[in-house]
Amino acid sequence: MTGVTRTKSAAKATATTASVSDVGASAPASGPRLCVLPGGLGLVSGRTLEHVEIAYETWGQLNFDRSNAVVVCHALSGDSHVAAGPDADGVQKPGWWEVMVGPGKAIDTRRFFVICSNVLGGCSGSTGPGSIDPETGKPFGLQFPLITIEDMVDAQAALLDVLGIEKLLAVVGGSMGGMQALSWARRHPQRLRTCVAVATTPRLAAQAIAFNEVGRTAILGDPAFDGGNYYEHGQPDQGLAIARMIGHITYLSDESMRAKFGRKLRDREAPAFDFVTEFEVESYLAHQGQKFVERFDANTYLYMTKAMDYFDLATGAGSVAAAFADTPVRFLTLTFSSDWLFPTYQTRGLVDALRAAFAEVSFAEIESPYGHDAFLLEPEEQARYIEPFLEHALEEATGGADAAETAAAIDLANATEGDAL
Amino acid sequence: MTAADIMRADLRLITGFVPQESRVLDLGCGDGSLMAHLRDERGCEVRGVELIPQEIAAAISRGLSVVQGDLDEGLAGYPDGSFDVVILSQTMQVVRKPALVLREMLRVGRRGIITFPNFGYWRVRGYLALKGRMPISESIPFSWYDTPNIHHTTLRDFRDFVSANGGVIEREVPLVAAGWHDRVREVRVLPNLLADTAVAVVRPKG
Repeated sequence: MTGVTRTKSAAKATATTASVSDVGASAPASGPRLCVLPGGLGLVSGRTLEHVEIAYETWGQLNFDRSNAVVVCHALSGDSHVAAGPDADGVQKPGWWEVMVGPGKAIDTRRFFVICSNVLGGCSGSTGPGSIDPETGKPFGLQFPLITIEDMVDAQAALLDVLGIEKLLAVVGGSMGGMQALSWARRHPQRLRTCVAVATTPRLAAQAIAFNEVGRTAILGDPAFDGGNYYEHGQPDQGLAIARMIGHITYLSDESMRAKFGRKLRDREAPAFDFVTEFEVESYLAHQGQKFVERFDANTYLYMTKAMDYFDLATGAGSVAAAFADTPVRFLTLTFSSDWLFPTYQTRGLVDALRAAFAEVSFAEIESPYGHDAFLLEPEEQARYIEPFLEHALEEATGGADAAETAAAIDLANATEGDAL
Repeated sequence: MTAADIMRADLRLITGFVPQESRVLDLGCGDGSLMAHLRDERGCEVRGVELIPQEIAAAISRGLSVVQGDLDEGLAGYPDGSFDVVILSQTMQVVRKPALVLREMLRVGRRGIITFPNFGYWRVRGYLALKGRMPISESIPFSWYDTPNIHHTTLRDFRDFVSANGGVIEREVPLVAAGWHDRVREVRVLPNLLADTAVAVVRPKG
């Protein structure tokens, strides 16, 4: 009995080692990196930020002609850790979109060189309101300039300059990440072949802005907020937790909440007739709020939501169709049927505008009960479209390059042989 | 002789009616095989509309741009005259609002190409007349209760339909299986009786 168990576990250990080393060889994860952008970064607001740091991570390998780079943009509360990989201490950590990004996934890190960076204004390593203002030696707080989605994109473009990547195969993002992907196509059309925008919108409608404003009001109204200068005495936990709770409600759907929580009570059979946490849904929201304040900066929450509110893909062009006249970028847009925060009709409007501009655009609405969160929870349904889309883009991008690579490799082999002789 | 053979033949015929390098919108484009053919062989700029996820994904894998859409909701996002050719291949009989779809085709495209099974075909008539049952054939292979084909028409009805919705038929090609593998021939005599399927090129009146 013992012997069998031992053999089994030994076999398992061997298999695990093999797969880990396999992954390591073909799709190395860089771990956290930091890039200091050379020169100042000009912002849409007119201000310039000096000494901008961008935290980023990469997975996979850049190919021969640097044509397989994919930027993934994160959403409101995300960070650079999109796929599994080591953290700063070398400990393997799951990624926030590892169902989509990794070896053998739709965004296959064995084939694509994936780059994900923490957005400008973020709180996970990139310069943001919690960073030290070189002029005062203290955290920026609300002295940090207002950041737009466009500024985030420009910071990513500057990062790519440093990395020596001229043209991306794709920019991919969901939610606020989708806004960035669309903004990439608008601002730097020559620098990306394709744009994959999931569960996003060309502009927020009043309803979404309203929810953002309630979240901000909760933060601003927390006595601990202290005008945003709370870094010494601790951040406005209560306000930030409330903002997150509201956020989570908007990420779910009536159907998913009914299925997940129903009217179930937690740890009790009958009502307590008290204001304690009773319903499962209350406990879920409290937990989400608590978890969030432990890892997220309240000021960043203010800046991110404001950036989303300001975002309008048509700004300066009059219309989305005009903004994308003659665009060389090929688009894939996906929505989810139960997403009421970024409802399908908004993306449909975008698709209509792109078609009117005769842009190459594909679109599908995925049936899902999970609301806005579906983009994190429906990997197969998204992969159904994203995988062939990227696959074709890669084929197109490397059409001649594969042959060139082979020729170069043969040359190299011959040269080595010659040297050896 | 199968339904698939007829399909392939009428797709080839459609290709013949699409000018080189024209802008083409394929309504109900399926897996994009016609679109890919028009792009690769005739240098067309093609766009598709399709409802079924698997078909959209298949078209995307060919590098085609396909938008999920319900033709019964019209083509509101498309400007007037924005395409040289709008194709509706073996799709008219499955939509709920064929008149709306036709009017939208005529609005968005300078030309429309429509293919459809002819319910006036003698075998179909014979099936109903002799068996007293809803016709099932190789080109109409469904039972009445689970068929996607909810709007059958005959060639004659189709002519009235186009005229009543602001269109003119430029070309009408009645077809029937030619008896050997994957071939069709044009029916010149009694087309409404002898054609199994038809391809029509339409344009807006005036």
